Amino acid sequence: MTSADAHVVIVGAGHAGGTLAALLRQYGHAGAVTLVGEEPIPPYQRPPLSKAWLKGEADAESLALKPLEFYAGNRIDFRPSVRGVGIDRVRKVLALSDGSELAYDVLVLATGARPIRLPIPGADLDGVLELRTAADAEALKAALGPGRTMAVVGGGYIGLEAAASARALGADAVVLEREPRILARVAGEVLSSFFRQAHETHGVRFLTGASVTGFRGEGGKVTGVELADGQVIDCDLALVGVGAVPNQELAQEAGLAVNRGVVVDLGARTSDPAIFAIGDVTLRPMPIYGRDFRMESVPNALEQAKQVACAITGRPAPAGETPWQWSDQYDIKLQIAGYNFDSDQSLVRGDPASGHFAIFHLKGDQVQAVEAINSPPEFMMGRQLIGSRRPVDKQRLADTSVSMKEVAAA
Amino acid sequence: MAKITYIEHDGTEHVHDGKTGLSVMEVAVKNNVPGIDADCGGACACATCHVYVDPAWLDKTGDKSAMEESMLDFAEGVEPNSRLACQIKITDGLDGIVVRLPESQH
Repeated sequence: MTSADAHVVIVGAGHAGGTLAALLRQYGHAGAVTLVGEEPIPPYQRPPLSKAWLKGEADAESLALKPLEFYAGNRIDFRPSVRGVGIDRVRKVLALSDGSELAYDVLVLATGARPIRLPIPGADLDGVLELRTAADAEALKAALGPGRTMAVVGGGYIGLEAAASARALGADAVVLEREPRILARVAGEVLSSFFRQAHETHGVRFLTGASVTGFRGEGGKVTGVELADGQVIDCDLALVGVGAVPNQELAQEAGLAVNRGVVVDLGARTSDPAIFAIGDVTLRPMPIYGRDFRMESVPNALEQAKQVACAITGRPAPAGETPWQWSDQYDIKLQIAGYNFDSDQSLVRGDPASGHFAIFHLKGDQVQAVEAINSPPEFMMGRQLIGSRRPVDKQRLADTSVSMKEVAAA
Repeated sequence: MAKITYIEHDGTEHVHDGKTGLSVMEVAVKNNVPGIDADCGGACACATCHVYVDPAWLDKTGDKSAMEESMLDFAEGVEPNSRLACQIKITDGLDGIVVRLPESQH
């Protein structure tokens, strides 16, 4: 436990950093809390930026984790539009981009990740967009509308969610994917083809095996995407969603252990006992899978924020959680539990054609991951089975006449 | 606008005004009420905003969707008056509503 009047400085005011600041007060931390954020606005939820917010179904107020007055009202010194630029671990001082310094007792790195930018000609044209921040989302929304055509570079979840929202706004969408199928890095073939079909039904076009080599423009504005085979796909805007990299430079320059992310233990501690790291920037252990990896998800950010809030306020460490994430596209709710590591079999429960089914990835008779489409029981029970490592009867798991509760109880 | 009373598992009460259109979950989270985690932010994807609606108010909160019903079926300690707070939209008719929070959302 840290001393009760410790000054906690949180660098990064995303979902992880914002949640931690609030939890520190909820758990009764008496000392000063400073929350430093690069963006001009207080912490907000990013997931709706490609979904409800983009479609106009949620406003800025509903995105905000807490109203602005919450921070002052709870003695949280929120400092917008400023970045951490250096850590002096001996003096325990964080240098900020405005030239000032902050002395800390406990420092928490919550610097997140940033979208990968393609190093190809035309990437700096107007209308070549990415989607991470509220400002990115504003630019995307302003560029969308009836009659516009959006090219999506990268068939991952963000690109697909944006494509679904674009269709809802009356725009055309064409997805350009380098791999032979969409979601190639994150999902199996059954799910890839289900989503492709769902999007095609809604009028989204796909080009797979399509390697983007550049953007074409006129008068500084994007007009098309060039592919390696010479084709040019006309567009009014291009959204690039090809993954993200951790903002680990601050930690790296301070000499903390980094390895494709800031290395932390199960309590979100870095290699310096006075410094924690939480959220997308971390490379963390995941005992279920016997490996360390980096998760870009809200549940992970919340879990690690909770770990640090408990450590600072002397509460017992929270129990480990089974990772999960979700995606909404059209009327499809996808809930994923676990990560598909080391599986030797994928079992489909239910009929994909019905729009309600789940894919269980198994290692022997243990569930490693489940992708549930409009199927909450499969998600909820699957998540429990992943956490408990209890063996399942595969025949019963594949049989939809046996309820998930019965499958899990067997 | 509606006055909402949240009662923690240990009996601690929190009373907050909620704007019409927001959800009972959103008002709790924005006011840092302990005991409502709301991991998914209201997408009905996580069942971590489970509350027990005071029986006198249950009828006024409307019907559960199939999705909510299904998610709740797998939450801990579910009772007939269990709801997901993200699915209860605030109306003037809910002014005075009382909800109780479970011991844990996980």
